[in-house]
Amino acid sequence: MRTTDALGFATVALRGYPVRTLLMLAAMGIGVTAVVVLSSLGEGARRYVAHQFDALGTNLVTVIPGRSETTGGPPPLLGTTPRDLTLDDALSLYRSPAVKDVAPLTLGAAVVNWRGAQREVTVLGSTGALARVRDLAMQRGRFLELTDPHRAAPVCVLGSQTREALFGHHRAVGEWLEIADRRFRVIGVLGEKGQSLTTDFGDTVIVPVASAQAMFDAPSLFRILVQARSRAAIPLAEAEVGRILRERHDGEDDVTLVTQDAMLEAFDEVLGALALAVTGIGAISLLVAGILIMNVMLVAVSQRRAEIGLLKAVGASPRQILGLFLLESALLSLAGAAAGIAAGLATARAVAAAFPALPVATPAWALIAATATALGLGILFGILPARRAARLDPVEALAGR
Amino acid sequence: MIRLEGIERVFTVGDERVHALRSVNLAIESGAYLSVMGPSGSGKSTLLNVLGLLDRPDAGRYALFGRDVQGLDERERSRLRREEFGFVFQLFHLVPRLTAAQNVELPLILAGVEPGERRSRVRAALASLGIEDRARHRPHQLSGGQRQRVAIARATVMRPRMLLADEPTGNLDSHSGQEVTRILEDLNAEGLTLLVVTHDRELGRRARRRIRMRDGTIESDTETA
Repeated sequence: MRTTDALGFATVALRGYPVRTLLMLAAMGIGVTAVVVLSSLGEGARRYVAHQFDALGTNLVTVIPGRSETTGGPPPLLGTTPRDLTLDDALSLYRSPAVKDVAPLTLGAAVVNWRGAQREVTVLGSTGALARVRDLAMQRGRFLELTDPHRAAPVCVLGSQTREALFGHHRAVGEWLEIADRRFRVIGVLGEKGQSLTTDFGDTVIVPVASAQAMFDAPSLFRILVQARSRAAIPLAEAEVGRILRERHDGEDDVTLVTQDAMLEAFDEVLGALALAVTGIGAISLLVAGILIMNVMLVAVSQRRAEIGLLKAVGASPRQILGLFLLESALLSLAGAAAGIAAGLATARAVAAAFPALPVATPAWALIAATATALGLGILFGILPARRAARLDPVEALAGR
Repeated sequence: MIRLEGIERVFTVGDERVHALRSVNLAIESGAYLSVMGPSGSGKSTLLNVLGLLDRPDAGRYALFGRDVQGLDERERSRLRREEFGFVFQLFHLVPRLTAAQNVELPLILAGVEPGERRSRVRAALASLGIEDRARHRPHQLSGGQRQRVAIARATVMRPRMLLADEPTGNLDSHSGQEVTRILEDLNAEGLTLLVVTHDRELGRRARRRIRMRDGTIESDTETA
């Protein structure tokens, strides 16, 4: 028997029973749709988080004061109060050749006032290095200068929302405004980079770190952002930052270092597992579709007993009959998979249109896996009915018994 | 052509064992025209099924063209069915979703004959039975006589050596029945060995060799010259 003839025969057989064919197509299609949509959402979530981490800056090691690692041991009897992270601590990190840039960071809230327009904003104290470390773009003017970080210059850079709220249509760069009753001159406005996981730069004012320390009367830094020379240099930079700060803090390990990679990896692992899990749930519906196909094919075999008997009488071998019925289930599965992929991609696109923030993306592996699973299940669950057909006794089958 | 020796066939129906064929001996020459008659349950159809390799006897010897076919596997048996036998059934057994031409084409497809040759053979088979204008009709659009002619076209398209007809006129009115009988006899006249299982005395009497069966045995076997 020729392959094209077998395909033709199976196609005509499927078309001969449109209701059951459509039913099975729907079952398989829904299963594949579920897999495609769920995997697209999972991938979207993964990309969303990865994007958020990218927004944090590149090759970053964050220094947080205090030891926040849980070691599982009992707390020390003599409580060790963490030392403050100082500006000099931060500047000392430039000693390491693995470190490219260091941005000290202080944080506080203050009221900003310009010609009576007031707004409570987050005040970040830092240096010119922050723009490079956090990859900040300017909309207008320039960022903080790379001068002596100890100098409390009366200049500030506005986040885009702060500028909008205070100045509206007025030009902001060059204006003097008051932050917590101190006068600052606006030298730049940040671009709309949007929100990242940790900070919304839109609603901030950035001033030189020394100015912020004076304003809030707090010598301690909130964070030190350290940029390693390269991705490969991150572990070395982390080790050297730890060593330098330990030396400066009389041998005490009183800071916590967080690398972006470690965070990203942890998130990636969790989200990857989550994506697999939801895809697996989708795959269960494929399994259900497979079982449905088996049952419908079993019914089809008993409905078509006379036809099978006739095929045997005109010389079809058991192998040919097995092949014909397997081909029917395989065609059904493939058509179902195709319909499901079309529906799944359409749904994913609709979701992407409805939630533009979520970068919905259908991974190629999901399409391939869904098709392969559908085909595999179709054939697997087609085996039992096809074998039953192949083994039918032609005399009984023809007699309709 | 065919030689049966001591053929036994036993069915188990519920607790009861039914002896459908008891030590049947039969030799059939090429070109013969046989009828098999007898009451229901006498084993007529079982004999036909055994002859056509649709059924396997429980004991005995079956030689086809001098070759023992008892030991053959299902694949070989289906190949022999395809090439040596044509079946005509009381209920026609056409595939409802296929056209007349497609039904006739079925054995050729299973045999792997290439499409161009298939078309001409199907056309010739339909034409020789006078139903070429019904080629594109589906079985439900055909009369009983036409259906049986399609079935005969299907049974002969592979140019078998023997035609096995099980009550071929059983579902037809007398006019169609006579026509189908004439077609079968014409085929026999062309050299095709013909075996007809029937209840119809008139049809049975027409055969040159008449076999009567009772309780699974051959009761009488008469031949007119």
